[in-house]
Amino acid sequence: MPSIKVLAKREEERGPRFTGGHSLCAGCAEPMIVRTVLNAIEDPVVVASPTGCLEVASSRYPTTAWNVPWIHSAFENAAATIAGVEAAYKALSRKGKVTKKIRFVVFGGDGGTYDIGLQALSGALERGHDFLYVVLDNEAYMNTGVQRSSATPRCAHATTSPAGSVVPGKPQDRKDLTEIVVAHRVPYVAQASVSHLIDLANKVERAMQYEGPKFINVLSTCPLGWRVPPDSAVNVAKLAVETCCWPLYEVVEGVYKITYKPKEKLPIEKWLEPQGRFRHLFRPEKREDIIRELQEAVDRHWEELLRKERCTQGG
Amino acid sequence: MRKVMTGHKAVAEAMRQIEPDVVAVYPITPQSEIAEYYAEYVHNGIVKTELIPVESEHSAMSACVGASAAGARVITATASQGLALMVEVLYVAAGLRLPIVMALANRSLSAPINIHCDHSDAYLARDSGAIQIFAESAQEAYDYMIMAQKLAENAKVRLPVIVNLDGFTLTHSSQVVETLPDEAVKDFVGEYDPPYPLLDVDRPVTWGVFAMPDYYFELKRAQQAGMEAAPEAFLEIQKAYSELCGRPYKGFFEAYKLDDAERVIVVMGSTAGTAKAVVDELRDKGERVGLLKVWLWRPFPRAEIAEALAGAKAVAVMDRAISFGNLGALYLDVVSGFAGRPGPTFVNYIYGLGGRDVPMEHIAEVFEGLKEAETGELRYLGLRE
Repeated sequence: MPSIKVLAKREEERGPRFTGGHSLCAGCAEPMIVRTVLNAIEDPVVVASPTGCLEVASSRYPTTAWNVPWIHSAFENAAATIAGVEAAYKALSRKGKVTKKIRFVVFGGDGGTYDIGLQALSGALERGHDFLYVVLDNEAYMNTGVQRSSATPRCAHATTSPAGSVVPGKPQDRKDLTEIVVAHRVPYVAQASVSHLIDLANKVERAMQYEGPKFINVLSTCPLGWRVPPDSAVNVAKLAVETCCWPLYEVVEGVYKITYKPKEKLPIEKWLEPQGRFRHLFRPEKREDIIRELQEAVDRHWEELLRKERCTQGG
Repeated sequence: MRKVMTGHKAVAEAMRQIEPDVVAVYPITPQSEIAEYYAEYVHNGIVKTELIPVESEHSAMSACVGASAAGARVITATASQGLALMVEVLYVAAGLRLPIVMALANRSLSAPINIHCDHSDAYLARDSGAIQIFAESAQEAYDYMIMAQKLAENAKVRLPVIVNLDGFTLTHSSQVVETLPDEAVKDFVGEYDPPYPLLDVDRPVTWGVFAMPDYYFELKRAQQAGMEAAPEAFLEIQKAYSELCGRPYKGFFEAYKLDDAERVIVVMGSTAGTAKAVVDELRDKGERVGLLKVWLWRPFPRAEIAEALAGAKAVAVMDRAISFGNLGALYLDVVSGFAGRPGPTFVNYIYGLGGRDVPMEHIAEVFEGLKEAETGELRYLGLRE
């Protein structure tokens, strides 16, 4: 399993696959995730991205931050686009026109994956294309100004689900996309976080051992949308993991494994309080009632995950 | 080889002979049989194509974009609502200068839902940046599918090409089609040599950039250059193909008894066949009538068509789709060739929507109607009012 040193050395030796000079915001977690994922893959890669922060910030003509072949087509079709690339690879390899082993990776945001791109993703998973789909899940449409998506957590303030005097932020729970992908019975599914980059690199390495669709949903702090300081991307995401609000786990050929279990599960408040998008739950008065409900939901989901781990591991 | 086959089969035969690297397709009436034939070829080992049975037309065109950018030769097919769903990505395909070939089994658009022929779907993609060709028969659909491949991949053109064939009228009816030997088609289309394939990992290219107001305009203007190069390439390809097949493909349109015609119909697709029969009948009676059947609709050969129509007294331009709020799109195209100078009287006929039959009597009615007509008139053919 790779260490940070190994990854850094690999990047130094072959040059960065994703370079500086892009225009992502200060403190954005996305470049850390992209570099970690691409450094964890030894073979040459072709990357696709749907419309979103990463796409806009990395491909402004006539510049590019990509030192690997990269394609953007539209918002909802990254999975279908990479499916076409992968099919072309198979056909052209058969003809001997392509001789190298190439891996295929998508980096998509939650809007382009949970919402508008879900159908294309489901189709590509069902057809069994050989690719890795990485979600840069910053829990809202950040590129267009922090509108709510189906990945936005309950009660979070977003510009289309504002914390109002009657409705305290987003009324609905977030969609559990990771479990939707598990239901496609693809070989490798995982959740990861920018706060645990070695865990992420390990997951990428393990994923790439399997042929077929692979999916990693990575929590990606957005200082702008979450209303946290730019230097807190890692620490805030870490609280999501320590509260078990965003568990780190993988499902390998149907078998669940939680890759990090906090020694002491922190209360959900610890994750909510530092983020401006949840400020209305603490000020002007603390909404104990809502926080209790959110805690109960986290507990329920965490217990469910533990049960799935026990059941599928045959324990 | 001469065989009786449907328009579906004719298109599928052309595809089998071209044997593209990737076919991504989603079923929709009246296109589905093209997808079915091709799936048979793939699953019986007749072709080595990677078939992507996508979950929507949007993904069909998206997979085509990915595969074409990767460096593969790519074909798809659709109709109606399917094209409406994929049209977003068709614009992307044209903007990325990807030579994707598509058969479009022309069908009306909802609402109300209707599965039968008109050209609303093709009109929807009029400004997409795709080249559009209309076939009159299964034979022409076969021939133009093969020519389309060369046109799309022409180094100066590099654009998607749509081959339109009327839903049901052509797709489902059996006609005599003369096919070329497999080897002749393979030699004609040749090997595809993509200029900047994504799969060339040693020469990484960024596809699908983000362009701000400082560059977007120039990039779109450059795209227009592909369209500007298309007419010349179209004629060259027709010439080479005609020599190969012995059928006379010459020009952007077919002029049928047009030379001394006073009253002329301009039309696209299978209705041209009916119109030819009417022209013959009226000519036998000594009436000077003629037909101009448009093959190449985009880019539109307005100067050449204007030249061909300059001697006519009255012209009926027949649109098989309504451009709501204005005269028909083909009508405006044809009239644009006469901008600023005198020409014949032009009448617009909207006809055949949602599969409304177009019998010979209706075409004869159009020729009769041209005896008294004023430019700018909009008439509906075969409509109960």
